[in-house]
Amino acid sequence: MALLRDKAPDWAPDRTRVRTALFVAVLALLLFDVLRRLLGESLAPSLLTGYLWDGLVFGLVIGLAGVGLSLTYDLLGFANFAHGDYISVSAFVGWGSTYLIAGLGSFDPLNLFFLGVGDTVFPRDVGVSVTNTPGAILVGLVVAAVGGAAVALLFDRFVYRSMRKSGAIALLIASVGVAFTLRFMLVFLFTQDSFGLTVGAWAYELPFPGGTVNISAPELLLVTVAGVSMVCVHLLLTRTKLGKAMRAMSANRDLARVTGIPSERVVTATWLVGGALAGLAGFMIALFQGTVNYQLGWTLLLLVFAGVIMGGIGSVYGAIAGGVLIGLVTRVSQVWIPASFAEAVGFAVMIAVLLTRPSGIFGGDSL
Amino acid sequence: MSERTADPIGRRLPDPLAAYWARDIVKIFGTLGVVYALYLFVGFLLGYDLFGQLNSLRRLTFLIVVYGIAALVVNLHWGYAGLFNIGVVGFMAIGVYTATILSRPVAGQNPTGSLPGFGWPLALAVVAGVLAAAAAGYVAALPSLRLRDDYFAIVTLAFAEIVRITFKSSELQELTLFGWTFGTGGGRGIRTFSNPVRDFFATTGQPVVAAVEGLGLDGQVVPDWSYVLVLLAVLVGTYWLIARLSASPFGRVLKGIRDDEEATQSLAKRTASFKIRAFVIGCAILGLLGIVWQGTSSGYITPGRFLPELTFFIWIAVIIGGAGSNTGTVVGSILFVGLVLEGPAQVRRVVDEFVGLSGSAPTFPDALSALGGGNIDPVLLYVFDQTSALRVVLTGLVLIWLLKRRPQGLFGDRREVASSIDLEGRVASRRRDRTETAQGGDAD
Repeated sequence: MALLRDKAPDWAPDRTRVRTALFVAVLALLLFDVLRRLLGESLAPSLLTGYLWDGLVFGLVIGLAGVGLSLTYDLLGFANFAHGDYISVSAFVGWGSTYLIAGLGSFDPLNLFFLGVGDTVFPRDVGVSVTNTPGAILVGLVVAAVGGAAVALLFDRFVYRSMRKSGAIALLIASVGVAFTLRFMLVFLFTQDSFGLTVGAWAYELPFPGGTVNISAPELLLVTVAGVSMVCVHLLLTRTKLGKAMRAMSANRDLARVTGIPSERVVTATWLVGGALAGLAGFMIALFQGTVNYQLGWTLLLLVFAGVIMGGIGSVYGAIAGGVLIGLVTRVSQVWIPASFAEAVGFAVMIAVLLTRPSGIFGGDSL
Repeated sequence: MSERTADPIGRRLPDPLAAYWARDIVKIFGTLGVVYALYLFVGFLLGYDLFGQLNSLRRLTFLIVVYGIAALVVNLHWGYAGLFNIGVVGFMAIGVYTATILSRPVAGQNPTGSLPGFGWPLALAVVAGVLAAAAAGYVAALPSLRLRDDYFAIVTLAFAEIVRITFKSSELQELTLFGWTFGTGGGRGIRTFSNPVRDFFATTGQPVVAAVEGLGLDGQVVPDWSYVLVLLAVLVGTYWLIARLSASPFGRVLKGIRDDEEATQSLAKRTASFKIRAFVIGCAILGLLGIVWQGTSSGYITPGRFLPELTFFIWIAVIIGGAGSNTGTVVGSILFVGLVLEGPAQVRRVVDEFVGLSGSAPTFPDALSALGGGNIDPVLLYVFDQTSALRVVLTGLVLIWLLKRRPQGLFGDRREVASSIDLEGRVASRRRDRTETAQGGDAD
């Protein structure tokens, strides 16, 4: 009898289904409330549009960072907690290079590269912005991507490679060690200060009922960079031999190896792509926020995980969609909840998704 | 067989000593003795007087004890129940914040002029804090148990961050609800309750302090050490509780779940219920630890004290010792606190004392340009200034090294056999018999 009791009676609905139904119901209720507020004019359309635009831009950064995390999570089978710190390191390296180029000649290069730590160089003196110094920004972007790829490859060589046979949890713990090592190396080099980076850039004020929506040059650049890199990743995965090999390995690792795919080389390529995307995301998020500090990537990491899990681990398009969704959720939630809870709402939504659909909303096991 | 399972220290000791080393109590006090001796030696080098030495050892013991308690809980969660909880600080925060908010004096009769609360007696507030942490553990674990290990880890981490963000938010800094005014203090934090042990020595216990002062010591030693002894009692209690649990039928099921959950299920054990109970017990202890550690160490708590770094440190202590072994966990805490957490600062003090470094380097570029000028002193000075950052780097490197070289920790491969009959020995002997016959066949 004790065993029989464990089995739910036939008439009882499936628990997962109940949870999903609940999830959808709550979502519908919230949507209804937004409409009610819009019509009742307690929520200005310009404010809501501002939230949506802000959320889209922020979400694209999360999605960009998520692609790399999703790829390595799927291929190597472990959650890389150091991914956030790859983002921070490349943001620092990229912005250091931007400062170096923008301020070369007028300031000490060493102080420039270290972003004026110890108040030696101030952002307003260098005057970096997307519209003032586009060249320096582009160089910084490239350096950040290269830096991210280099860091990812370096730690794969020295830490993860010899642990390929270890379990997912051992690798996860090792990646936590890598994360803290990197983060506090940044503290060692740059202290715990936050660095202001840019001066005001050109922005377009889009008129909207109830006010205006600011669309700034950094945001436009961010959307462009995110779009271009996502198209590139799509082409890489669908049109190249390497992409085919990556998809094959993700689908069935042993079978891929049997068919003669050089798995180590594919893993290296995956780290390079993922690291470069993390680097781009790091540079762009620092541009978007206008500041950088050692916790930049760490605070982003859980949101990136949220996006990746929502999109389904291993799915590149899922990671992007999940990231955008998380970005929108954190911003649109401000209709009801104070802004200081934005991240908490993102985490809560992730937990809710894990409980209702652990395989993700778009739940694919394919790239 | 016995040689293979011996820990790296026991293996290197000569036989008579190794026999002693096999006892758990010798392991703990032997390690503690070595670390104490190191600190006394450093204190001697630095010319500390008796008070200085006692104070340095007190600080060390305090940290060892609190990390030991936390590490034992992580060992209960991970080493026994196989629950990968990396949200340890969240439960500590819930415990201490609940106790603090409940025990703050009611609005209007507020002696200190800071945030009001509910005015509960401290003992009751502590119990409520522990229960709140346990309840939070239940809420966090109940739906998450079906998840894979790595998802469970992410959920617990996210849970701890949600807790921290909530306590940090300015909206909950001070609010009035149903006529009660209370709050978390937001990012600025909140003043906690006064430490009853210190209160005792300030009033009734004053003669003891006076007697110690009569011996020519600073009277501060008495309440300080007494509080450490109270914490030590909590550690011993936790150790006893977890040791009893793991030896009980309940603990055998937990070990069964850790080794093979499906097999345990097939023996008609409701594994989910066992895991939840183990998780909730651990969270309750964490709530208590939050109160006795964070709530008393400076009389003030801020959300900044509950950063994920703390969880990371606690986990390292467990991994050094080896998950699944309570003795190993305590020894790991001693080694982690003594060598990794506090060690760099000690080295820095000794070097400061004996090596005259000149110059200054407030930032890393300054240190680099000084190095370019052929002067190495500013670089060293800068490195010493950044000890607190470098010790986290060191911790990370130790963790990576351990996972690559000795993933089971110092004592983690000590098997605690769940069944009352030594099945492994039988299997091993049978296997040996079989290989012998097989080799016999080969020789023909």
